[in-house]
This record gives sequence, C-alpha cells and structure tokens, in this order.
Amino acid sequence: MHRIGVFVCHCGTNIAATVDVKAVAEAALNETGVVFSADYQYMCSEAGQTLVQDTIKEHKLTGVVVCSCSPRMHEATFRKAAAKAGLNSYMVEIANIREQCSWIHKDMMSGTEKAVILMRAAVAKVKLNAPLTPGQTPVTKRALVIGGGIAGIQTALDIAEAGFDVDIVEKQPTIGGKMTQIDKTFPTLDCASCILTPKMVDCAQNEKIHIYSYSEVESVTGFVGNFTVKIKRKARYIDEKKCTGCGECIEKCPMKKVPNEFNLGLDNRKAIYIPFAQAVPKVATIDSNYCIKLKTGKCGLCSTVCGAGAIDYTQQDTIIEEKYGAIVAATGYNPINIEKFDEFAYSQSPDVITSLELERLMNAAGPSNGTLVRPSYLSNQHDPEAHPHTIVFVQCVGSRSTECRKGSKEYCSKICCMYTAKHAMLIREKYPDTDVYVFYIDVRTPGKLFDEFYRRAVEQYGVHYIKGMVGKVAPKADGKLNVQASDLISNEQLHIDADLVVLATAIEPDKSARSIGTMLTASMDTNDFFTEAHPKLRPVESPTAGVFLSGVAQGPKDIPETVTQASAAAAKVIGILVKDQLTGNPCVAHSDELMCNGCSACEKVCPYGAITYSDKEFRQPDRTVAIRRVASVNPAVCQGCGACTVACPSGAMDLKGFSNQQIMAEVDAICR
Amino acid sequence: MQEVIDTAKRLLSDGTVNRVAGWKAGEFPYDVTPAVFTTVEEIDNGFIYNDFCAPNLSKYLIKESHKEGKILVFLKPCDTYSFNQLLKEHRILRENVYIVGVPCTGKVDIGTVRAMGIKGITDMESDGENVTIHTLYGDKVVPKTETLGDKCRTCKSKKHVIYDELIGEDGEVNNDGARFELVEKLEKMTPDERFEFWRGELSKCIRCNACRNVCPACSCENCVFDNPGSGIQQRAATDSFEENMFHLIRSFHVAGRCTDCGECTRVCPQNIPLHLINRKYIKDINVFYGEYQAGEDVMSRAPLNAYTFTDCEPGIVYERGGNE
Repeated sequence: MHRIGVFVCHCGTNIAATVDVKAVAEAALNETGVVFSADYQYMCSEAGQTLVQDTIKEHKLTGVVVCSCSPRMHEATFRKAAAKAGLNSYMVEIANIREQCSWIHKDMMSGTEKAVILMRAAVAKVKLNAPLTPGQTPVTKRALVIGGGIAGIQTALDIAEAGFDVDIVEKQPTIGGKMTQIDKTFPTLDCASCILTPKMVDCAQNEKIHIYSYSEVESVTGFVGNFTVKIKRKARYIDEKKCTGCGECIEKCPMKKVPNEFNLGLDNRKAIYIPFAQAVPKVATIDSNYCIKLKTGKCGLCSTVCGAGAIDYTQQDTIIEEKYGAIVAATGYNPINIEKFDEFAYSQSPDVITSLELERLMNAAGPSNGTLVRPSYLSNQHDPEAHPHTIVFVQCVGSRSTECRKGSKEYCSKICCMYTAKHAMLIREKYPDTDVYVFYIDVRTPGKLFDEFYRRAVEQYGVHYIKGMVGKVAPKADGKLNVQASDLISNEQLHIDADLVVLATAIEPDKSARSIGTMLTASMDTNDFFTEAHPKLRPVESPTAGVFLSGVAQGPKDIPETVTQASAAAAKVIGILVKDQLTGNPCVAHSDELMCNGCSACEKVCPYGAITYSDKEFRQPDRTVAIRRVASVNPAVCQGCGACTVACPSGAMDLKGFSNQQIMAEVDAICR
Repeated sequence: MQEVIDTAKRLLSDGTVNRVAGWKAGEFPYDVTPAVFTTVEEIDNGFIYNDFCAPNLSKYLIKESHKEGKILVFLKPCDTYSFNQLLKEHRILRENVYIVGVPCTGKVDIGTVRAMGIKGITDMESDGENVTIHTLYGDKVVPKTETLGDKCRTCKSKKHVIYDELIGEDGEVNNDGARFELVEKLEKMTPDERFEFWRGELSKCIRCNACRNVCPACSCENCVFDNPGSGIQQRAATDSFEENMFHLIRSFHVAGRCTDCGECTRVCPQNIPLHLINRKYIKDINVFYGEYQAGEDVMSRAPLNAYTFTDCEPGIVYERGGNE
C-alpha cells in the first residue's frame, strides 16, 4: 500500500502569489495513495523540514512529494530530511511549482491548475520509486589544470601547496600566458614580469607540479574523481630533458623572418626560438612552419651547434594518458580580431595598434626596448619623427556593442578602463611632452584603489578624458592620423591629428575553450565563456562535477580577480582530492539481460564509456542453453545521463530513479 | 533460375555449408515461402527462385547463424542491406554464413495485381517480361513492370553491399530519390488531411503483427509489445487511437535502422502502406543529418546514434514542422 505525503511550499509569495497552495494541497488528497497533505510557508526551513520528518514517522509514509522550487535547489535538502526520519532518500520527489509554474504564470487560475498537474505527475512517479543506495568510488589524487596563464599557475601552486600532484597543460612553448606580455600592472604599477616570473619558477621547481608545455588536451573521459585525459605533446623537435636553454641554436638559425607572436608580430623571431628570456620551461622550440631543415631537409645548423645534442628533427607528436580526480579550465582569453572595424584604420596604418601591442611597445624586453615609438618607425627608431606627440586612446572597441558586426561583443571587457588609465598615466609620466586623449562611453573603475588610480590619471597627469566615441581614423599623407570624434559633453565635433591611436580591444575566450568545454561536458554561454554552477553561490564550479573554472575562461576579469578565483578553484579541487571516496549517484542505468539484443546502440551513445558487452549463457524455454551478447553497465562510471535508455531499441536499458515506466506514469498523469 | 539451384547444390555437396536458406512454393505458386534445405534431394524437390521470391531472408539468419555449421543464404541486393544492418548490430554471426548474391529485376506484388481489379486468381507465372495471370474468368497477360509494388517500382539499389559469391553482374545504387515521391505527396497535405489519411489507413490494421514479425529491424529478444514489464504492452488494446499508435511506436523503434526493405508493406494483409512511415524518417534523417543509408556498411555510425558538431539544432526540426 502506498502512503504518500504531499507537502506544498508557499516559498513566501514566490509560489503563493500565483498558485493557490491550499487548493493544491487539497487536490493532492484526491490522488490514490496520498494519505496526508499540507502547505507551509517555507518548507525548506527547519520548521518545514521537521513537519516533513514528523509526518513521515506519524503517518508511516512510503513516499514524499514536495511541491516547491527546482530540484536543483532543494532536492538534496529534502532527501536528507527524509533519510533522517528513516525513509530512503530516493523515495522523495520534487514537483517544481516555482521555476516551472509560479514564476512563469501571472494568472492564479492557470498557475494553480498547472501546479496541481505537476503535483499529480510527481505522485504518479513516486509510486514507482524504489529505495536506492549510492555506491562509493575512489578518488585519483591528482589534478589537471588546462592553461598555464596566471590563473592556471596560481591554481596549480595552491593545489601543490596542499600536497597534491597537479599537471599543467599549456599549448604554448612556455607557461605564463597573457601576463608575460604585459608591461606594468594596475593599480600599483609594479612590473608584470617581476611578480609573475617568480611564480613561474615556483611551478617549475615544485616537485608536485608537472608542466606539459607545447601540449594540448586531446580527449577527456570519466567523471569526478576518475577522469582519464589524453594529452597531445606536440613535437617541438627538441629533447626537453637535454636542452639547457643556452640559446646558441637561436643565434645561428638562418631563418630570421618569422613573425614574433610574443611581440604580436611587431618584430621577427627565428624558426627555432624561446618566446622570451624568462620562459618556463626554458627550452627551445622549432617552428615547423618555417624551419628550413624540416621543410627542405637542408640546413641542420642548430643541430651542429647544440652542445647538448638536444635537437631531434624526427620527433613526432605523442599522446600520453593520465588519470585525474579533478580538472580546472583556465583557458584564458585573446583580444578579438578588429580587422572588421574599418573605421579605426587598424589594417591600413601600423600606427593604429591594440592595447596589448602598446604593452609590448612600452616593455623593456619589447621590440623597441621600452622606448615608445610610432610602429611605422620601428626600424628607424632614432628618427625625430619616431616619437609620438599626440596619442589617442579609443575605449570599448568591440565591447558593449549593440550592433551585430561580426566579432563585436555585447559584454563589457572590464579591464580596458583601468589599463587605458594606466597606459595614459605611464606615457604622461615618461614623456611629459605628449598630449594624451581618451575617448570613452563610460569610465568604469570599481575596485580597491581603482577609482583613485583613474582620478590620478585625470587630475595629476592631465590626461584628456573626453566622453564620446571616435567615428573615424583616417591616415593622412604626412603619416599622421586624423581622428574624427564627438565630444558629447560640449556637443562638439573634434578633429585631432594623432601620431598613435590605441584601441582598447574587446577580449574573448580563447578559441580552444569551445572544444575543451565539449570534452569536459562543461556548459558554456553564447560568448563561449564557461558557465558557473551558480552565478552567485558556486562561481568557480562548472555544473559538471569535478570541473572547475579559473580566470577569464569564466568571464572577463583583471589579474587580482583572476588570482582570487584561481585560489578559490584550487580550494574546491583540494576539497575533492582530500577525500578517499566519493559518494556516487545511485540513479544509474542498468540493463535487463533477458531483453538485451546486444546491438551496441547504448555503447555507442554512452559519453562515459560505462557500458561493456560480453557473451553470456542463457537457459532457453526449451531447456537448451543459448549464448547471447549482452550489455552491462559499470555503475561507478555511469553518470545517469539516460542517453542509453533512449537509444536502446528493445527497452532493455533503463535508468534507476527515472525508469521508462516512471516517465510514462508522469506523462499519463499529466494527460489525464 | 537454374544457376541459383546449381550453386546451392554445389556448396551443399562440397561441404562449404550444411544448410541452404532459400525459397519454396507456398500455398499458391505466387505465394513463395522462405525455407531451409539440408539435402540436395530437398533442393531438387522444392527450391525455387523466380519473380515471386520477394521474402527477405536476412532476418532468419539471427537464429540460423547461431546453429551448428555454416548456412548458405541467397540475398537479393536490397536484402544485403538488412543483412549488413543486423551484422552491425551483432545479431548475425558472419563466420557461420555464406552469402550468394542473386540478381533481382523486381518482384511481382500480389497486392498490386489485385489492385488492378483482377479477381479470382488461381495461378501466376512470369517470363521476366510479362506476367501471365490465370483467373477463374480467364487468363490475363500484364507487363511485369506494372505488377511491381512501390518498393520495387522505386528500387533503391541493384548493388549487393555484402556477399561471398555473386551470380550475374552486380548493379548500381539508385539515388534518383523516386522512393520519396509518395512521402513528398504526404508532406504536402495539411496536418488535418494527413491525420485523416493515416487514421484511415491504420484503422484497417487487424493487429496480426505480420509487419513486426517479418521486419529485420524488429528483431528484439523481447518486443515491448509482448513484454508486461514495458508498461505499454496492453496499450494498443485501450482504444482505436492507441491501436493506431502501435505502428508509430514500431516505426520509431526502427528509425535509423530501417533499411527500407519494404517487407512490412509486402506482408500486410490489409495493404497498409506502412513503408511510407519509415521512408518519412529516412528522408528526414537525410535532410537533417546528411545522407545515410542503413545497412550500406557495417562500420559507420548511424546519425541517431552519433552526436556531431554539425548536427542540426532541434529548433530547425521544430521550425520546419511549424511552417507546414
């Protein structure tokens, strides 16, 4: 006999304002098997939970239906409450009458009608529920960090600090990421290298940290506590163990005309290279797209001069496989491509640059050794014309855009206001003979010491901040750039002859994020930023268990915020790795061998590799024995996604807690 | 066709196989029945291969290939697709089957003949060009092309996709899309017209289960309609609408696996054009997920069992439905 209790929550007025909760509770008593129903203001409160528990004991309930918010919110709460009262956790069903009902209906009549229907479906389902017991799975005590920028570095250092092994996979030849390209950091103006490179060295020296540079994640299988990851180590044609980073090979390499990506193409590098002096690992890499030896078979100079014998032209990409308990996505960002923004003449004039290019121009290790020159004079830096006098900064290039121009973003890139203030201030400090203009939509500087920083640029350094957007940048015959803009406050049209125009280019997630997101089955938003499990309360967790988010991969943020989030992600990872066993989800698939045809449809759709096939003997009705190929599910690997149950043509595959019969019963109850 | 019979006898006598799956005459000469022969004498006495040998023998191999020894099977081009599909689903033990591909120029369909208004049929014979129909009211001679069912009229392939030995020349795959003409006609109907059409057709169903029993894709160990545990076993008996749903559920169960062999329509005693439901799904799969022919090969992933970046979004599917 079913003895089901139905508990209807008001959720304050969240539900009660559009659903007649008393009517829902009354209607519940008309359902066969329901022996008790009640409504209460906040069922999730201690008093509400006590009501549920007391009723379970008093009425000897066999099943509980809570009509409340989304099961994502409080299913765990009520399951726990039921267990404490002696009822199996999995005999509790939630009817979501808030997100799926009261919040989307305005009319009390229709809201109530729908709530009753949802309640009926949950009652029909709970009648077919069976008590379930979750299993335990062991945890691989090793973490993977995808991306070796400041986010990945900080996460790895913190995990290693707690005593766990951690691997960093970085697609570039060195870790360090975007921060290595930045000159100074706001709001304290300390040099980026000076604070970053010690951390990079820490990573290299920490025996708990293993860096796979020039490597990419190839595939991810498994689940929280037990991921298996294939990592592709791209051929760098150098034996990492032998290379001492002496640079002799680079010296001798005759192929000099390779655009240097570290300096954003402002100068050239060799075909064999170390991106920058502080690279970690400090190991050379041969660029196979340019190397004469690899392309034509002739040359081989680097191999002749290498004292360590580290050069290996026959090296191939290799795939290694490693097991992890948790994975952190720290895939970072890139400035968007602004070639489509014709009005700023970026592709027409070398003197129109992005802010990241300006960072390289101002960096002592950059193409101009830290002297600010117009890029058109980079090869002739001593020309008196090389020094820019009038510099125009354009904010929000491609950010906060309402137009659908390809590549432009609706969101605010968040870091540009601050770094532009930094650039303007540094230029005015070093070159007082310059005029610096900043065109902005709004100046957004919330954050500790941020607004003070911006005000210093305006008040102390005399940077001209003009509210308004630049309409056009036109290169003139004399090499100057005619900037046409509007000043919205004085309502004037401005024409400025500039020597240098700097575009605060929007940032977007790295292109690799999408495929990594797919491998991790981690959800992403329309801009390809990873989605957090809860925007406020679980900001560093992906909705996929065991996958965590660090840095700009999750949304635009500056260095202080990135480091904060990186440490938060590390804390979450440590929370998993410190456990010996994880409690699994008992709602897993299982196969009825008597019905299984052995067709492999389930095996093909299973994203976790949880299904295997084997030949088994079956006694036939005529007492003979037949051998049939049948599926079986590894409950420790199954994540209960249910893909197999829909793929199975015979209905042999079923999901505990969401059986075909239960879903059919729900549909029947709704259609009744 | 003597060559077929000779091949059967040769392979049986030389020990390549210990059984032969083929066809024998049924109650009427035009009503040919699948049969297994174990001796040369049996073949001499009963084996036939002619323009009435429509039955697809692939499905019988699920059971037969698991028996002792190797079995010879004769497969027409379209039957090889069913064989491949079953092989892909691990239902047939390939090593226990010797396949001889037989040529086919289309099989006479008794339903089509009856639809011509020819009654009182006592016997039929075909010389490959013309079919002579003996009736109580005299003989009629009809060109064979006019006696073909929809399946053979719009034949999808004259090519054997799998065989060990071939009799005659192999043909070509036919991609002219003619087999979707009737589906397109149905798609052009309004939803109400289409609903009426299918209600009319499906209400003729007497639930004899012939379509299910003959279908190579309907080869579950335990059919959901027979299984009390499925929760839907008795549903078709609730009312006429649920009864009609039997065919829709069945077609969904074979979607993506149906090779369009047309056996369902051929065996239907009520002449319901059941294959049109399957062809609609095949057409949709082609449109939404790219051209796919179930049974064409053993290795490829079926579109409904594979998720790729190029899969169309569900919205596109809904949108098209909404525009009609």
